[in-house]
Amino acid sequence: MKALKPRRFGWWYVAEWRLRGMRSYRWTILLMTLGNPVLYLAAMGIGLGALVRVDVAGVSYLHFVAPALLVSTTVAEGFNEASWPVMSGFRWQKFYLGMSATPLAPVQLAMGESVAVSLRLWVQSFTFWLIGLAFGAFDGLVSILIVPIAVGAAMATHAVVMAYVATIDNDVVMTFMYRMIMMPMFLFAGTFYPLETMPVFLQWIGWISPMWHGSQLARVVAIGLPEPGWLIACHVGFLAVWTIGGLLWARRTFTKRVVV
Amino acid sequence: MAVIEAKDLTKRFGEFTAVDGISFEVAPGESFGLLGPNGAGKSTTMRMIGGTGLRTSGSLSVLGMDPERQGPEVRASLGVVPQSDNLDTELLVRDNLIVYGRYFGLPMREVKAKTETLLEFAQLVEKANAKVDDLSGGMKRRLTIARALINDPSIILLDEPTTGLDPQARHILWDRLFRLKEQGVTLVVTTHFMDEAEQLCDRLVVMDQGRIVAEGSPAALIRQYSTREVTELRFGASRNEALLAELASLAVRAEALPDRVLLYSDDGEALLEEVNRRGLHPLTSLVRRSSLEDVFLRLTGRSLIE
Repeated sequence: MKALKPRRFGWWYVAEWRLRGMRSYRWTILLMTLGNPVLYLAAMGIGLGALVRVDVAGVSYLHFVAPALLVSTTVAEGFNEASWPVMSGFRWQKFYLGMSATPLAPVQLAMGESVAVSLRLWVQSFTFWLIGLAFGAFDGLVSILIVPIAVGAAMATHAVVMAYVATIDNDVVMTFMYRMIMMPMFLFAGTFYPLETMPVFLQWIGWISPMWHGSQLARVVAIGLPEPGWLIACHVGFLAVWTIGGLLWARRTFTKRVVV
Repeated sequence: MAVIEAKDLTKRFGEFTAVDGISFEVAPGESFGLLGPNGAGKSTTMRMIGGTGLRTSGSLSVLGMDPERQGPEVRASLGVVPQSDNLDTELLVRDNLIVYGRYFGLPMREVKAKTETLLEFAQLVEKANAKVDDLSGGMKRRLTIARALINDPSIILLDEPTTGLDPQARHILWDRLFRLKEQGVTLVVTTHFMDEAEQLCDRLVVMDQGRIVAEGSPAALIRQYSTREVTELRFGASRNEALLAELASLAVRAEALPDRVLLYSDDGEALLEEVNRRGLHPLTSLVRRSSLEDVFLRLTGRSLIE
């Protein structure tokens, strides 16, 4: 049987392709990887932080906001990588259809996407962490745990968005997703201030967003945010359910799109 | 033994029947064509062969396997050239071949060596480091074909291989496909161009509305369903229809199309002389050999390209 290797390693071949494709926008990636942390930490942590003289959650504003900035910029990139590229694969360039003529199975396309994007995000969030150290935004080596948390939250988002994008056929929906999901999540999911300071009727935006769960976990490891154990379990569980559920959903939507 | 064997193959999309109980066999090394207008069910049939289209009923065996159940194994031996190029424009020409080879689980060293051979075959060596977007339509098509060859397939499926190409690019492409045929590769080609079917196919089925309406070699089909020659006459839109009855009496068969009248006979020139002798004087006239277009017109009452 000639399909033995693709059956087993197909997901990796897809990831290989995806990483190779990222080379074509490597300057954008590099600029974002270096620029994001510098700009966000300077603007929010130091600029805005100069105005916020009081401690937030028991630490300086820079220390409060930096872990969440790392998480949310990583999640945002996970969102990006799940939207336009996946849309393009099915609709514009249709390269998934070319791939589906090979031994690859649809679920391997989704898995390969996921693997390649996560590799990229490991590098991105690790770089953010290093720059954060230089800014004095993170204390101690234990704060490196923010990196896997950020990647986890980003991949939870990526899986669900990728699965959904495989079902849609026009970019109007996607523009809508950016405005109505990504932006509110960024602004209202407790990145820049504790979620509890919001009126209760807006707090749900945080509860259902991977960004908030990720940011809270990041603060637990970075600044010792006193979250009760059950809530920590909730954060981890939420991200795990989204990741696994998202990938299972993606298996369905990718298969539906490829096999007619 | 047949490499592809379809029996009562049927595909429905809800109420619509795209493929309606077709049966055919393709022998190893044969060049087999599915000829028909857009919407005849050709591409749907191709997808079922590759296992990315599920059949509603009937049976289908490709290289002795069921493509629905052993999709990856079937596709490991197929080369697929889809109707529209789905090359990766973010990758260079060479990289398009390399990544594709990897999907088949080929080791990187082997893929790289194969890529160079295929670039040569597709006459794209000079473009190896170009961006896909910088290629002409014909070059993109050749790259897509080269990509389909990376796994040394025993069957190549070509869906409308030359649609949208200029005549010169088509001939280059046909030449490449002909070489493959000489190497013993089985070709399955869908097309709505009769000249392409005549060029490439040893045997073909004519499809219309999901059904096979005729089967045979191009020459045999023409012999069976048409005359040796066709006289095409144009009298202007208003007169074509009016003169049909009189013209029909001169020929074996006559067809009035919106812009011209086709007269079927074994001696087109003699027929044209007779038309002129009767003082009918067409605005333009043309005598040609019968083609598969005429076969299709005869079988369905419609022309292939609407």
